Amino acid sequence: MTLIKFSGLKPAVTLIGGIGILVAALGLALVVGETQIPFKTIWNVLKVEAGFFAPEVNPIDHGILWSYRLPRAIIAMACGASLALSGVVLQALLRNPLADPYILGLSAGASTGAVAVAILGFGAGALSLSGGAFIGALLAFGFVALLARLAQGNASGATSSLALLLAGVAGAQLFHALTALIIAKSADANQARGIMFWMMGNLSGSRWPDVYLAVPIAMLGSTVIYAHSRALDAMTFGREAAQSMGIRTNLMMVILITTTAILTAVMVSMTGAIGFVGLVVPHAVRFLVGVRHFLLIPATALAGGVFLIVADIIARILIPGQSLPIGVVTALVGAPAFAVILVRSSRAHSG
Amino acid sequence: MRIQVENISKTIQGKSILSDISFNIESGQSLALIGPNGSGKSTLLRIIAGLSSASSGNVFIGDNRLDRLSARKLAQRLGFVSQEASTTDAIAAYDAVKLGRTPWLSLLSPFGANDEQIVENAMSEMAISDYREKCFNTLSGGEKQRVHIARVMAQRPQIFLLDEPTNHLDIRHQIAIMDWVMLQKFTIALALHDLNHAFVCDRVALLGSGKLVAFGSPEEVLIPEIIEPVFQVSAQQISSEQLVHPILTFSKLNASQLARDRSGDKKLR
Repeated sequence: MTLIKFSGLKPAVTLIGGIGILVAALGLALVVGETQIPFKTIWNVLKVEAGFFAPEVNPIDHGILWSYRLPRAIIAMACGASLALSGVVLQALLRNPLADPYILGLSAGASTGAVAVAILGFGAGALSLSGGAFIGALLAFGFVALLARLAQGNASGATSSLALLLAGVAGAQLFHALTALIIAKSADANQARGIMFWMMGNLSGSRWPDVYLAVPIAMLGSTVIYAHSRALDAMTFGREAAQSMGIRTNLMMVILITTTAILTAVMVSMTGAIGFVGLVVPHAVRFLVGVRHFLLIPATALAGGVFLIVADIIARILIPGQSLPIGVVTALVGAPAFAVILVRSSRAHSG
Repeated sequence: MRIQVENISKTIQGKSILSDISFNIESGQSLALIGPNGSGKSTLLRIIAGLSSASSGNVFIGDNRLDRLSARKLAQRLGFVSQEASTTDAIAAYDAVKLGRTPWLSLLSPFGANDEQIVENAMSEMAISDYREKCFNTLSGGEKQRVHIARVMAQRPQIFLLDEPTNHLDIRHQIAIMDWVMLQKFTIALALHDLNHAFVCDRVALLGSGKLVAFGSPEEVLIPEIIEPVFQVSAQQISSEQLVHPILTFSKLNASQLARDRSGDKKLR
């Protein structure tokens, strides 16, 4: 980010390397766990599932791999990519290096929306859960954006970090409180996945039906965002500069904020609010590939996927016999990174 | 390309910012917009740039009405250098200039050799080729301003609008910018604080409290009789054979002049 000279890796090298690392991370996610499963077994299970002949595999191993670890790893990948891309988009649109769906309260709003649907019961199933989360995310974003605007008192392009952060804190706390309230009020505590799930995130519930929703949404969202890479570049010097270079900034804002809200909402409705992914990953990737979005966007998507897969592996094995909420791991990495970015961006503004 | 400003008025929350402004800038001419703080210079420039809309009136860019041009078409004709465009991104100077090609590119027409050449030309014309790889935020104020101008040049517009381009620059860079303005064949409109810079332009428009007080050649407008009441200063014009153009010097009004001004104001009302 600010004032750091990036090393400027070659685009092709970066992307091929990134895909390689992603595949390796997926493999690792299948191998590592309470029971270690060797690669040979994984290969055989994949062959059987793809319809080829393969030697018989222990049905328990087969079940663990195919029904639990693989969908979980794929959800982690889709979720990581989506949240990281949301961070890139919000940082570019708000022109603020600290913008991220978690810090701006989008994730909290999505949690509230999903919980409201699940517990108060408007329809059922993954799709209506996501729909509720989407409305919640948009409400939260509207609340935070309005508050930041009011706190700042003017309408200039860049939001000040302080106003945005404080508004984000207020928004996130408000929506977390609403989530807790709804869960506490619901008679059947078992049907709720718990306050902890919605605030810290957890991948343990990931199954194949989630994959069928998460992966297409992540791909669609990434495509929409990638199609705007030139417009996001044009935002470098602010909204007015982008407008004077022929970008219809209002339209772009509506499209991209809606896309971000959908991505965040769908992921949060499956995994809960996992923090800091949209903050840590884009900044690390900018350091490697620079700030131009045509490379930043695909590289961030890959790195976001890798980041959450690895974070989930750590969450599963850090304490033997117990699976941590993945948000604990991302926060342990993310909070210090947040501090560094905060200090550096305030220095950049004052100097 | 010609600019026509027709009866432009702008009211924000009941307060009149600009009222009934009309003038033309002929193709290839340069216009200096001058006026005290809050007189509406920046607002007018933003309206001409299509960044802000007028409450009434029209702007024509060439033969087209401004509000009938798409954002992209407008950006291909008209470039705008704003006062302080900053960024927190670690963008290289070269990449910043490259952004100027945005209105000419699409998914079907990506950045090509021709665009590359245009960017290179813009950078060498602004003498910034030497630090193409340098991070924008590490550049000095004058260098940043030149990057912005090069970026807008890469846009290849026929009209250039600049909002106080000499602000925050040391004297050498101020002169460099004004020399550049003088040499251009584009149509140029720029808001200026330093009245002496306006002498190098073909036309001067003086705004006072949102009204067009005077419009004409620098020699017609930049005279004490016109400047004094608008800026509330006492002005003297000095010309000599050693000077390329006349210069204005200023002093604060003394008490009797202030009293005279006030009575003059009343008469005007």
